Amino acid sequence: MTTLKPTPGQTVGPFFHYALPFDGGAELVPAGRADAIRLHGTVLDGAGDPVPDALIEIWQSDAEGRIVQVPGSLHRDGWTFTGWGRAATDAAGHYSFSTLLPGATEGAAPFFGVTVFARGLLDRLFTRAYVPEHPGLATDPLLTSVAPDRRNTLIASADATGLVFDIRLQGERETVFLTYPRQQAAG
Amino acid sequence: MTQASEQPLTQADIDDEIQAISKAYEAGDRRESQPFLDYPPYRSSVLRHPTKDLHHADPETIERWAPCFGPQDVSPLEADLTIQHGGEPIGERITVAGRVLDGDGRPVAHQLVEVWQANAGGRYIHKRDQHPAPLDPNFTGTGRLITGADGSYSFQTIKPGPYPWRNHRNAWRPAHIHFSLFGTDFTQRLVTQMYFPGDPLFALDPIYQSITDADARARLVATYDHDLTTPEWSTGYRWDIVLTGSHRTWMEDEEA
Repeated sequence: MTTLKPTPGQTVGPFFHYALPFDGGAELVPAGRADAIRLHGTVLDGAGDPVPDALIEIWQSDAEGRIVQVPGSLHRDGWTFTGWGRAATDAAGHYSFSTLLPGATEGAAPFFGVTVFARGLLDRLFTRAYVPEHPGLATDPLLTSVAPDRRNTLIASADATGLVFDIRLQGERETVFLTYPRQQAAG
Repeated sequence: MTQASEQPLTQADIDDEIQAISKAYEAGDRRESQPFLDYPPYRSSVLRHPTKDLHHADPETIERWAPCFGPQDVSPLEADLTIQHGGEPIGERITVAGRVLDGDGRPVAHQLVEVWQANAGGRYIHKRDQHPAPLDPNFTGTGRLITGADGSYSFQTIKPGPYPWRNHRNAWRPAHIHFSLFGTDFTQRLVTQMYFPGDPLFALDPIYQSITDADARARLVATYDHDLTTPEWSTGYRWDIVLTGSHRTWMEDEEA
């Protein structure tokens, strides 16, 4: 099989707001639904200042831990859970989703896949927001591979409405960002 | 503050920084196909890049899948950026077409592509773009489409103009179209920019030059393709996009 060279990434720039965010993008389920939770947080730069021009995407399993493969994210019907959402940060660097608590896929500690874009960020960043207080956290292969003092940057914390997950691009308590290298095929 | 630090940064200052980083890259052994996240000539990156190495992860569960999109998400009309208003936009009408492939050459079929760009005068419809180039009442500059079974995409637009920004004094971005792409895996998500061949601003632009590898940089430049033209109507550019490799185990009948 041929291996092609990847197209490089570039920053999302300052002008994505009229193109990428869309009505209902941050509401994977309608806010206020009985099983809806809020996943929210602040994006911060290396000086600790909020990043008001970041874009956050989440991708997750449903409440039973199933990976959803249904269209409809861009025009939500209010009933179909697509597992994917997008939210721009506001002037205070804050983002907020209304969604479901992801269930454990294959029994593992459940997490939200998170993608971060921003002006000034030359390529997108990936991370995970783990659901706190799950018994699988202690043995999770990724978490246990991260230095103990940085592990908690990957675990959301509970608040009254759901979960808080702050994203620190740089500096003290910098979020652990991920890369997914592929093993070279043998031979 | 000293007198010197109050001098506005010039293009020559930025050129020197770009050259120094480029020379160090050429002299080293490491080859990199992505932009440097830490690239000081792009001033906005200074406080917004991680300082620690990206952590190697084995993709699990949802990371081996991507969201999917369908006809209920995107109207076919959204692939024509020239028909969104009552009249014809000003500028050079173009078709941009190509294929979205994964790192193994498989087409990325039935997947979402989003594009956005400045108008022919280099102006974005965005409250933060207040430079005195004209807005075009017949051009917004956003489009969406779903790729075909062979990973193909095509859209109609007008050629964007170069755009002034405030990285340094008299900074200009080469003309570009922003692209947002999904693959079959979460890990393949890509946001990038397509450029036009022969742009004289390439060497001056710290965002383009943040990709320090010349071959990798060249992969962001479309090719003029006369086969994509329509007589007395539009010219055309071809640009193929390659995502990173999929981590899934593909069945034989799913192979391209």
